[in-house]
Amino acid sequence: MEMPILSVVIWLPIFGGLLVLAAGERAKLGRWLALGAAILTFVASIPLYTLFDASTAAMQFVERAPWIATYRVEYYLGIDGISMPLILLTTFITVLVVIAGWEAVRERSSQYFAAFLILEGMMNGVFASLDAMLFYVFWEAMLIPMFIIIGIWGGPRRVYATLKFFLYTFLGSVLMLVALIYLYLQSGSYEIAAFQALGIGMREQTLIFFAFLIAFAVKVPMWPVHTWLPDAHVEAPTGGSVILAAIMLKMGGYGFLRFSLPVTPDASMSLDWLIIGLSLIAVVYIGFVALVQTDMKKLIAYSSIAHMGFVTLGFFLAYSIRVRTGSLSGGAMGLEGGMVQMISHGLISGAMFLCVGVLYDRVHSRQIADYGGVANTMPKFAALMVLFSLANAGLPGTSGFVGEFLVILASFKASFWYAFLAGTTLILGAAYTLWMVRRVLYGEVANDNVAGLVDLNAREFLVLGILALAVLLLGLWPAPLLEVMGPTIQQLLEQMVQSKL
Amino acid sequence: MNPAPVFSMPDFWPAAAEIAVATMACLILVIDVFLSDRRRWVTYTLCMFTLALAAWLTAFVVPAERVITFSGTFVSDPLARILKLFSYGVVAVVFLYSKAYLRDRGLFKGEYYLLGLFATLGMMVMISAHSMLTLYLGLELMSLCLYAMVAFSRDDPLAAEAAMKYFVLGAIASGCFLFGTSIVYGLTGSLDLGEIARAARTLDGLNVHLLFGLSFILVGVAFKFGAVPFHMWIPDVYQGAPTAVTLFIGSAAKLASFALLVRVLIEGLGPLHSSWGGMVMLLCILSMGLGNVVAIAQTNLKRMLAYSTISHVGFILMGVLTGTQDGYDAAMYYTLAYVIMAMAGFGMILLLSRRGFEADTLEDFRGLNSRSPWFAGVMLVVMFSMAGVPPFLGFWAKLAVLGAAVEAGLSWLAVVGVVFSVIGAFYYLRVVKLMYFDEPVDAQPLTAAPDLRLLLSLNGILIVLLGIWPQGLMAICNQVVTF
Repeated sequence: MEMPILSVVIWLPIFGGLLVLAAGERAKLGRWLALGAAILTFVASIPLYTLFDASTAAMQFVERAPWIATYRVEYYLGIDGISMPLILLTTFITVLVVIAGWEAVRERSSQYFAAFLILEGMMNGVFASLDAMLFYVFWEAMLIPMFIIIGIWGGPRRVYATLKFFLYTFLGSVLMLVALIYLYLQSGSYEIAAFQALGIGMREQTLIFFAFLIAFAVKVPMWPVHTWLPDAHVEAPTGGSVILAAIMLKMGGYGFLRFSLPVTPDASMSLDWLIIGLSLIAVVYIGFVALVQTDMKKLIAYSSIAHMGFVTLGFFLAYSIRVRTGSLSGGAMGLEGGMVQMISHGLISGAMFLCVGVLYDRVHSRQIADYGGVANTMPKFAALMVLFSLANAGLPGTSGFVGEFLVILASFKASFWYAFLAGTTLILGAAYTLWMVRRVLYGEVANDNVAGLVDLNAREFLVLGILALAVLLLGLWPAPLLEVMGPTIQQLLEQMVQSKL
Repeated sequence: MNPAPVFSMPDFWPAAAEIAVATMACLILVIDVFLSDRRRWVTYTLCMFTLALAAWLTAFVVPAERVITFSGTFVSDPLARILKLFSYGVVAVVFLYSKAYLRDRGLFKGEYYLLGLFATLGMMVMISAHSMLTLYLGLELMSLCLYAMVAFSRDDPLAAEAAMKYFVLGAIASGCFLFGTSIVYGLTGSLDLGEIARAARTLDGLNVHLLFGLSFILVGVAFKFGAVPFHMWIPDVYQGAPTAVTLFIGSAAKLASFALLVRVLIEGLGPLHSSWGGMVMLLCILSMGLGNVVAIAQTNLKRMLAYSTISHVGFILMGVLTGTQDGYDAAMYYTLAYVIMAMAGFGMILLLSRRGFEADTLEDFRGLNSRSPWFAGVMLVVMFSMAGVPPFLGFWAKLAVLGAAVEAGLSWLAVVGVVFSVIGAFYYLRVVKLMYFDEPVDAQPLTAAPDLRLLLSLNGILIVLLGIWPQGLMAICNQVVTF
């Protein structure tokens, strides 16, 4: 009898969260319980990597049991090279979020930690589900804790932001629900693999493709449905921003890989120009928008949108590469680049939001104009923030470089102009990130607030230090990640060019 | 199956529960007269006992298979048994929820419980009707009790107004129903639902007389159900009636309305689905649209829940209009799910109310999370469940209905439904927002009685559990709805 690891990483945090909730007013107990649950979950998720068989694209750690007989819905879990890294990212980031919220959250801290733990379990559920209905249940249920997190612990306009967040994502996903029901009625079960194997006509594929597109595009978010993100990010508490940027956005990307490409390959092929177009707009236009932000969180939020544009761009390059060169080899590079970009952006954006959180806890402002010369009073912090900023700008040697490089390389194979436009991010990304760094960290000490800043304490240093190591490790040695993804990406590539008509 | 020309003794067993409730209700009526106000709990206990007795009879004494008795006017089938058992449970919960509320307002009178019991009897008759006349009989018995219950708080002008509106409009609707019935009788030559169904198979779906009669029947049904454009009474009655009565109308009576719909449209006129499908579709879309949009503008929680009811009715009708077995199953599942959620929703208002204070505006829920995290959690579950967010019960109900619609080739209708449910999500979220994101204005601790707290907690937990294990309730609906 093997240990049901996937069930553990889903339910351990959820039950841990309920336990933390029960701790109620006993804030200290709640914190420690939360940390314990988060660390246990992370430890439990490590075997997913160590025992992972990187030579196959088949689903691993499979658990399967009937759930709702009437609709043939199953409790069907399993992971492949795409979902495994994302689960590890989730369990890893959650530990850091719990530590980061240790003292920063004073009000109803038990509810705060409980919400994050429950959220973690649900996010793991999304990545591990092989049954579309199970996937959908986790996908939607996840909105509830996030709604609460932004709404209770967020900034001044939190109510507006959280309602906007919820309704945007809810609207996106209900249309996906109709598509899933349709696929279920055609294939006779909610198994995702059955959806992928199902032959579907072009008209239906196109409609399904758009239903998925709305759901995933809102989540990613892609231009022009990105407007909820800056609001949600700015108003969310630090931990909320981190989870939102590091993991929830990845669900949109994951959805493209798991549903859009393999379930509707022909529609994806005929509409790839749309995705590529929207992605390039995100990269270029949103890059310019980021440049003019005066609020640090907003700037990072816009940079997230631009970076996620790279992800979607990479995913859909294979079709034009095949048209142009007749081979699929470049397509794999695009997909891999997108995946690496997702993981790396998870680490970097999480770190950037934590950095802003560190400043916000001290000065209670996110405005760039309120800072200046922080490096003089917080040298350790400045060093780390510079590292993350450079990673965000795609400096070689950091994880940010690997993904962008792969995607740009792949887009060269597709079209010079794709590569040209995508390449502008190297300039824009560097411009908005480094300009912010210059204004916040360097120069003369701007005001008394900055003069009175205290450098990182041990807890903050631990969190940012771990993230810095991860960013560097992934940048210098991305091979392990690429290896585990390899066979899955290859299989996905075959699925996405296999016509279903 | 024609009634025998000579009088023969009908089989009484299938109606054992009805007979028991009727007898007990009359008995309690007499006993209640001799009770002083302090001993009113005896009436309450006896009513609860009656419900338990009826449940026992329905579950174990009434034959399990389909039996038609009383010269073809009364049917006892699995559907009736399940709906009745469910009604007893709902009514018992309603009685319990209402106890403290009524006592605080000097309304803890035997009449509330007796009228409730008679209304339950009316519901049971409707559920078991196998003739248009029986259906009408049950409908009127229930409605008359409900009119009186709405006006129960005599000195409250709002309640009196609500009762008046309810009565006048309800009487018109009953008249429409009866008028339609007479036309259908003229066409088919029978009031027996089985006979009507048989005759309906031979009728042309576009027969003008038929469509005429059908529309009148539909008006009656839509009125009782509260579907747009026959919904006008719902907001006023929900808001004006004492919350305990609103709870009764919002939960138990919905089961009866569903039974009415099933008996008339599906069992009797099912073969004419092509004729009424379009009309019901119109009701469905209008209900979902108007209910969800207008609910946003409400500041009174009871009124908001009234509009939310209207939108839920739209979803129930979506299941019905598909005209498929799956659609009927889904409609029943949705009805049961909705009733469970509505009980908890109105129960929360009762929980927060106290002597001289009605917690029926949205503002009263402000900051509930600081006052009682547990009950804020229960309300959160109810609201998200009503909005159709998994993993709660309400989501599966929506899924079942949407699935039936897509299966019937009405994907566009499913899309309309989900878009309206996103609009609807807004006002449910607003309640959550008030409870969690705002600070309380009224910091009084909750004073509700322990039995109410316990049962309401169980009600909330049930919504979660039925969301995580939806199979049981779904399977029941699949088994009993067979036409």
